[in-house]
Amino acid sequence: MVVLAVIVLPWTFTLIMSLADWSPTGGTSWVGLANYRHLFTDPEFGWAVVRTFYFTAIGVIAPLALGLIAALCFHQRFPLRGAARTVFILPMMATPVAIALVWSMMFHPQLGVLNYLLTSIGLPPATWTYSETTVIPTLAMIETWQWTPLVMLILLGGLAALPGDPYEAARIDGANAWNCFRHITLPLLWPHIVVAAVLRTIDALKSFDIIYVITQGGPGTASETMNIYLYQQAFAYYHLGFASAVTLVFFVVIVAVTLVLLGLRQRSLAL
Amino acid sequence: MNRHRWRKLLGQAGIVFAVLVLLSPTLFFFFWMASLSLKNEVDNMAFPPVFIPHLPTLANYAKVLAENEFGRDTLNSIIVTFSATALALAIGVPAGYGVAKAKATGSATLILLARVTPALSFLIPLYLIFQKLDLLGTLIPLVITHLVLTVPIVVWIMIGFFEGLPPDLEEAALVDGATIWQAFLRVAMPLARPGITVATILAFIGSWNNFVFGIVLAGRTTRTLPVAVYNSMTFEQVSWGPLAASALIVTAPVLILTLVMQKQIVAGLTAGGVKGG
Repeated sequence: MVVLAVIVLPWTFTLIMSLADWSPTGGTSWVGLANYRHLFTDPEFGWAVVRTFYFTAIGVIAPLALGLIAALCFHQRFPLRGAARTVFILPMMATPVAIALVWSMMFHPQLGVLNYLLTSIGLPPATWTYSETTVIPTLAMIETWQWTPLVMLILLGGLAALPGDPYEAARIDGANAWNCFRHITLPLLWPHIVVAAVLRTIDALKSFDIIYVITQGGPGTASETMNIYLYQQAFAYYHLGFASAVTLVFFVVIVAVTLVLLGLRQRSLAL
Repeated sequence: MNRHRWRKLLGQAGIVFAVLVLLSPTLFFFFWMASLSLKNEVDNMAFPPVFIPHLPTLANYAKVLAENEFGRDTLNSIIVTFSATALALAIGVPAGYGVAKAKATGSATLILLARVTPALSFLIPLYLIFQKLDLLGTLIPLVITHLVLTVPIVVWIMIGFFEGLPPDLEEAALVDGATIWQAFLRVAMPLARPGITVATILAFIGSWNNFVFGIVLAGRTTRTLPVAVYNSMTFEQVSWGPLAASALIVTAPVLILTLVMQKQIVAGLTAGGVKGG
């Protein structure tokens, strides 16, 4: 009941607020759907949606691919496996603000250690978060670094639960490692991969801390995702009624994407 | 036989190499974090960068700890995190029990909904309510909003643990005339202690790491450590050493907790797929 109240009440409140022009000084007037009309005609919001999907696409696919590789590695026995796994999950546990701070120092165009490493192996220095074209991939790279461990853990759990029999049969039939992976591991692991993909998508769409701390949406508005846009509207400009409309649209987008991915799971089970 | 052994050894070497490649960004990141925090300003601004400090110094840490606001920020963080975790356990453990026993899948969906909902969307209505109640200068809004984060974590993990418990023991207690509340307190709770440990750790980490609630709701005197670190970043951009030191101090409790309790943390994360941050 308490949980219900905590979740449902704010939503009702948000819905009502999204229909009003709410100013912090107290004057409130009903504006109906004007907030929504404004939202859908605001090109800045449109770009925020595009950027969010760009960021999310990298922030889902890269951790899934790396997480799968990592899970296959950690599924094997090797010395110091426990210690290695602990180190591997540190990025997802560490305080995001602290992480963001250190990354931003590493990205420094002249004094940053990353550009030093790049140039010392003969590559040109990168602009990281300092240019409009590289800022989103750079932030998605941190997202990948941070959340690959979660994908790895979910898939590792899936691998541990796989039955041994199909592998025995395949070995008797003379299948090689790649065929075993392609035709046994991947299909059996698929439900876990979908779960990881859904969780990763939800979290990437909502990503806030790292982006806000490192760029605040900049340079210009080049890394202003939906969540950052929402924050600016609500707590930098105090357009609370408008921000409530943004919240609802944002929420609908997240639920829609989640449902599409879950639908993918249904279909894959049916196949 | 010998060739077989060689192949196995080679396979092992390949795995170890792959793991090293996967770990290298993390190892380098934390090495660099420590390196920045232990170097003086000259070494930090040097190019090419200084990797191993010539003269490791704790001056950066001393500087951070000597700042008169640091103690208050730490105290704020401790109060908020401990209250939010304790309250979440008080609410979430019975709630998880109720959901598990009633097999109420609807409630589980609601908890999932909490995960899907962006944290910022709770903040707008709550912000206005706190403003109306004139609570914005206190820690109460922070504790309450952190509950939005910690309660779902606790409920989610406890549902999993209570569902895994054999029902026989509680049924025996109920037959012996215990009330449901007694069965929960005397029988289910002690059995679910490992689950409670996991829930506590993850709720603690989630609350300690939280930034977005603090940046909106906390004032200068009520800010938590992540907000304080963010603020110092915007004000004294040039001094990398103290910044890195403060980043390390903030995240140290979480890193230590992860190293010590990694088994429970991994169990909790894989059980619920609940993220720590």
